[in-house]
Amino acid sequence: MADTPKATEVATIDHYRPLFEQGWMNKKAEIKPGIYCYGAKPKNTNAVGMPFPKDWNPTEDDWHLPENWKSIFKEGLKDRLDKFRSLKIFMDICVRCGACADKCHFFIGSGDPKNMPVMRAELLRSIYRKEHTIGGKLLGKFGGGRELTEDALKEMWYYFYQCTECRRCSLFCPYGIDTAEVTILGRELTNLIGLNIDWIAGPVANCNRTGNHLGIQPHAYVGMIDFFVDEIEDVTGVRVEPDFNRKGAEILFVTPSGDVFADPGTYTAMGYLMLFHYLKDMGLDITWSTYASEGGNFGFFTSHEMAKRLNAKMYHEAKRLGVKYIIGGECGHMWRVLNQYMDTWNGPADFLEAPVSPITGTVFENAKTTKMIHLVEFTADLIKHNKLKLDPSRNDNLKVTFHDSCNTARGMGFLEEPRYVLKSVCNNFYEMPPETIREQTFCCGSGSGLNAGEDMELRMRGGLPRANAVKYVHEKHGVNMLACICAIDRAVFPELMDYWVPGMDVTGLHEMVANALVLDGEKKRTTNLRGEPLPGMEEEEDV
Amino acid sequence: MNFVLSLVFSSLAVLVVVLIPWIGVGALNLKILFGVVIPYAALATFIVGIIVRVLDWGRSPVPYRIPTTAGQMWSFPWIKSNPIDNPKGTGGVVVRMLFEVLTFRSLFRNTRLEYSKVDGVPRINYEWEKWLWLAALLFHYSFLVIFLRHFRFFMEPVPGFVTLLESLDGFLQMGAAPFNGFGLPGVYLTDMLLMAAVTWLLLRRILYSQIRYLSLPADYFPLLLILSLGTTGILMRYLLRVDITKVKELVIGIFKFSPVVPDGIGVIFYIHLFILCVLITYFPFSKLMHFAGIFLSPTRNLSNNNRFVRHVNPWNYPVKFHTYEEYEDEFRDAMIEVGLPVDKGAKTAEEGEKE
Repeated sequence: MADTPKATEVATIDHYRPLFEQGWMNKKAEIKPGIYCYGAKPKNTNAVGMPFPKDWNPTEDDWHLPENWKSIFKEGLKDRLDKFRSLKIFMDICVRCGACADKCHFFIGSGDPKNMPVMRAELLRSIYRKEHTIGGKLLGKFGGGRELTEDALKEMWYYFYQCTECRRCSLFCPYGIDTAEVTILGRELTNLIGLNIDWIAGPVANCNRTGNHLGIQPHAYVGMIDFFVDEIEDVTGVRVEPDFNRKGAEILFVTPSGDVFADPGTYTAMGYLMLFHYLKDMGLDITWSTYASEGGNFGFFTSHEMAKRLNAKMYHEAKRLGVKYIIGGECGHMWRVLNQYMDTWNGPADFLEAPVSPITGTVFENAKTTKMIHLVEFTADLIKHNKLKLDPSRNDNLKVTFHDSCNTARGMGFLEEPRYVLKSVCNNFYEMPPETIREQTFCCGSGSGLNAGEDMELRMRGGLPRANAVKYVHEKHGVNMLACICAIDRAVFPELMDYWVPGMDVTGLHEMVANALVLDGEKKRTTNLRGEPLPGMEEEEDV
Repeated sequence: MNFVLSLVFSSLAVLVVVLIPWIGVGALNLKILFGVVIPYAALATFIVGIIVRVLDWGRSPVPYRIPTTAGQMWSFPWIKSNPIDNPKGTGGVVVRMLFEVLTFRSLFRNTRLEYSKVDGVPRINYEWEKWLWLAALLFHYSFLVIFLRHFRFFMEPVPGFVTLLESLDGFLQMGAAPFNGFGLPGVYLTDMLLMAAVTWLLLRRILYSQIRYLSLPADYFPLLLILSLGTTGILMRYLLRVDITKVKELVIGIFKFSPVVPDGIGVIFYIHLFILCVLITYFPFSKLMHFAGIFLSPTRNLSNNNRFVRHVNPWNYPVKFHTYEEYEDEFRDAMIEVGLPVDKGAKTAEEGEKE
């Protein structure tokens, strides 16, 4: 694995191009360590029947491409043009105005011109023009067309796996051209010839078999939650009693497995458990599933079909258990998938009912066909109806800012609910600058399956714009906690913050909720879920 | 291809476009070809080309509803949603599209990255940048006004709105230029704006290093073509005047499908006309189709209502997924051990008999 250069080195970024240089079509990509992810291992691609499993190394010359890879790629492109109007339009109408160019976190953090969203798309567009347009066919390079060569393929691969599908560029595009759509379909094309990355293929294989990306088997999953139950008891004196795979429950709860796996996501998972316990006496009847134990969907970073296969488990499990509806945990791309794809892929879920909060009676009209709501909307509704006894002063040691996940922001518009919940459970909340939040939010730099270890430099570069905005509120207001509603954020921000903004912690929203939540019969709380003293309790002995 | 080559290639192409009618009419006197045949062919290509292109786009379905949401979604009654940037239904989409098409709303969001490093620490700013938006808006609207003004050559009598437009367009200039009236007709504001905007759109492609990097001949060519279209138009109006009555005779003849080619129209007119013909012929095969594509762009023209209105993918197909049954078959023993309920396996004798 490549050593990650120091922040001061990485910060030397040149976004400008020399006046005279060769045209971009003439330069082949240099695949750099620290930027690319390892190729998928055959055991993972085999496990889900992806084509052309093989051991391969992107830095070697020979990628062991199938003999007819060109025709597979070209056919695949044609097939997708026929199936996706989006692709056709996005291939045809870009005027290369450059409005998207400096909106991409990877371009901002790297200065690599092919990370300008327009260029990322042009890599494929040039092939498209050569194959499908009169200008490209007749005039070649002068018509913007480019031959599909091995170098061109490698370059596309390199840059499609340097895009986190965050859609920030699509916000600024005067025609709404969405690079995420181009990347998603471009990755499908690379997958057709066996060019997956292992950090995606591994979780996909795991999720298919064990129900979650991390490969946690059912007994281990229960063990992990049991561990949280003990931890919660240590902190609060209250023993929560979650259950699993219970038929006849009213609600199925699905959350990203990252929440049960690693800090600080685990504290968010504890938050869920405490909230559910609190609501139990008020009529909440909820169960966890070890089979549908993944909210996220790395299939979405592979192909639409793989995403659909993994997503199918949620409704399948909901039907088997006979629940009325599903609540989903805090996760970013999970919610783009649930909002924009799930019903289309695997619906209609007519065996479920439109979600109604058993505590407030609120009908979630905006989820009446998918029958799946976000836990944060559920909680926001509870707080609005004064159903939670909260002591926000327990979070007084924190100055908090909120990171909008790309997917919940630009693939859903879930902006106010998390803020409402956050402001209800803490007293010190500061927004980052407006051009870095809400619909203009910056990606964590590690989304869409790029949160591997070997591409750490890429991740630190891509996360720079976000980190820079955090740094701004850190310095201006003394903000020390970055709250988010995404499991990948929770997994990757600690490293990113250490790199660019030392002294920042990262939390999920429901960890903050749980710290503020006053449970019936709890002991005097002296620490938060992390075992750190609560404000004013620094001197208390933990007995 | 670097920008020099792209520019040279595009400029040569435009030069050829100018020379063809110059020689064709000026030297070879092919007036019918350039005054009638080519305009008809160009117009046909333009109309048919656009229709074919749009139908071709329409042939591909919209499998998923994927709007880019740019504001708060429709949610609880107590949360203010943004019905335009995050539309929940057709009304919102129509307003969003109108804003997009008429005011270039997304482009208006544009900012410019200012990156610097102070003491080894990166500093990132997003600066005000509306020049692209402004130039784009001025260019498109000026083009529209100029196109509408040209109706005075297409219609007899000249429609009222054209006269009005002309006087508005000219009136604004009167106030601005006190030196009007040296035997020259009044200067139209839109002529100036169009030329200025197009020049800026061209210059930024050369001056801004990022835009220079990504520009292709297909970006320079239409700009240069429009510049020469504007230049010939302005030349004709102010310096190389042509007989307007005869031009009008020719143009009306074309639109009435009884073409006539009057003598005595200057070559400059044929050059102007030919550039226009090339532009509209090129149109359906180029990025200029963005004018139609924007209406079909799935990130803009769809509602964010997937969770409450089902969207059907016409080619949705069943997939094989790992079922609960298969999962339980693999993990049953371990599940039983930790007390997880299972569907099969730990059956009582009674249940076994029922099966």
